[in-house]
Amino acid sequence: MLLCNLVSIAIRVGAPRIVPTHGIPFPTGDPELGPEEERRLRRQLVERALDALGTSVDGPTVFELGAVTGAPA
Amino acid sequence: MRIVHYVNQFFAGVGGEEAAGTAPDTRQGAVGPGRALDAMLGSDHEIVATVFCGDDYAASDASAGEELLALVRGLSPDLLVAGPAFTSGRYGLACARLAAAAARAGIPSVASMHPENPGLDEAEPAPVIESGKIGREMRPSLERLAQAIEKLAGGEELREHDGRIGRAPRRNRMAERTAAERAVGLLLTRLAGDQESTEVPLPSFGSVTPSAPLADPENARIALLTEGALVPMGNPDRLESARATRWLRYELEGLDRLEEGTYQSVHGGFSTVAANADPHRLLPLDAARELEREGRIGQLHHEYLTTAGNGTQVATARGFGVEWAAELRQAGVQAAILTAT
Repeated sequence: MLLCNLVSIAIRVGAPRIVPTHGIPFPTGDPELGPEEERRLRRQLVERALDALGTSVDGPTVFELGAVTGAPA
Repeated sequence: MRIVHYVNQFFAGVGGEEAAGTAPDTRQGAVGPGRALDAMLGSDHEIVATVFCGDDYAASDASAGEELLALVRGLSPDLLVAGPAFTSGRYGLACARLAAAAARAGIPSVASMHPENPGLDEAEPAPVIESGKIGREMRPSLERLAQAIEKLAGGEELREHDGRIGRAPRRNRMAERTAAERAVGLLLTRLAGDQESTEVPLPSFGSVTPSAPLADPENARIALLTEGALVPMGNPDRLESARATRWLRYELEGLDRLEEGTYQSVHGGFSTVAANADPHRLLPLDAARELEREGRIGQLHHEYLTTAGNGTQVATARGFGVEWAAELRQAGVQAAILTAT
C-alpha cells in the first residue's frame, strides 16, 4: 500500500491502496504539528495503512483518515 | 540458424514458485515450449540449447544478467529467443533484459511477451513480439514468434504488422508527406471517430492487479519501503538524488527509532529539511515498532528498501517494483507500506 500526498498521480498509475498524507516532503509526518500530535498522526497513518492492507479492493482505492485527520489535541 | 531459447524455471520443467530461486543453467536442445517452436521453424533453424533461470533469481539477483549472458555467449548462437513471457512480470523482465544484453553484445535477439508486461520497455534495442496474456495462448503466440524468427533469418526488420510491440529505435527518414499534411490527416481520422491513431505513442502505465487483502496483519511480516531516498548519514552507497538507476536496502534490526543526524534524505525533488530533522517523516519506524510491540503487526521486516523517485523512467521504476516484490516475497514478507513524496 502507498502513503502519499499526490493522490491523483497514485490513482493514475494504478496504486490499489492509497492513504493520503499531509505534504509531499513528509508522507508520515507534519512539521506544522507539535511533537505529540505529529506522533499521533503518524500512528494513525500506519494504522490506516494496516486497515487498507486488510481490505479487498478492485482498483485504486483511497483510505482517508476520517474525521481524526491531524486533529489538534 | 543456431537458436538459443531462454525460458523460466517453470517452462524449463524445473518447478513452480518453490523453484523460483533456481540459478541460471543450460539444457541441450529445445525444452517445453521450445519443442513446439522448434517444430514450427523450418529445417534451416534449430534450437540447439535452452538457457533457463528461476524467476526470483533472474529478477532480484544482481549477477543474474551477466551469468545468463555468459551462458548464451558460450553457446555462440545466431539468434537468441526469449519467452513468450505473457504477462508474468519477473519472467518478462528477465526475457527483456537478456534480449537487450544479447543485442548490445552483438547477438541478434528477439523476446516475446504481452504488451502489459512490465518488462516490455527494457528490451530495447531488441525487438519484442506480442504474445497472448496467459500460457493457454501459447500456440498462437509461438506461431507469431516463429514467423518473426523466419523474417529475422531473412535479414528483414520486424515491424508493427509482424506483431512488434514496445519502443522501436528511432531512425531518420524522409516522409512522403509533410508534417502539416500528416497532422491534418490525423485530425480528420480523429474526427471520423478513431481515437487511437498517433505518430507518437504515449507511455502506458498499464494496469495493476490489486493483491488479495492481508488476512491477518497480527501474524504478518510487513516491510517498510520508501522512494524518499532515505539513506544513512553521508550516503555511503551513493544513491543518486535524481534519475536513480538502483535501489538500496538498509538494516532495521534492533532499531526502534531513526535519530536525527543518523539518516538523511538525498532526494533531489523536494526540500529535505523536514525529513532530515525527523527521518520518521519519511519512514514511520517508530509508529510501526509501537504497533509491532502491541501485536498489531506480526513482525516488521528487518530491512527497509529505498530509492529516489525523482525523474525516474517508468521502465526503471517498474523494474524496481518487480525486483522489490521478488526480494520481499523470497524473504517471507506478506505486505509492504511504501511512502512516496
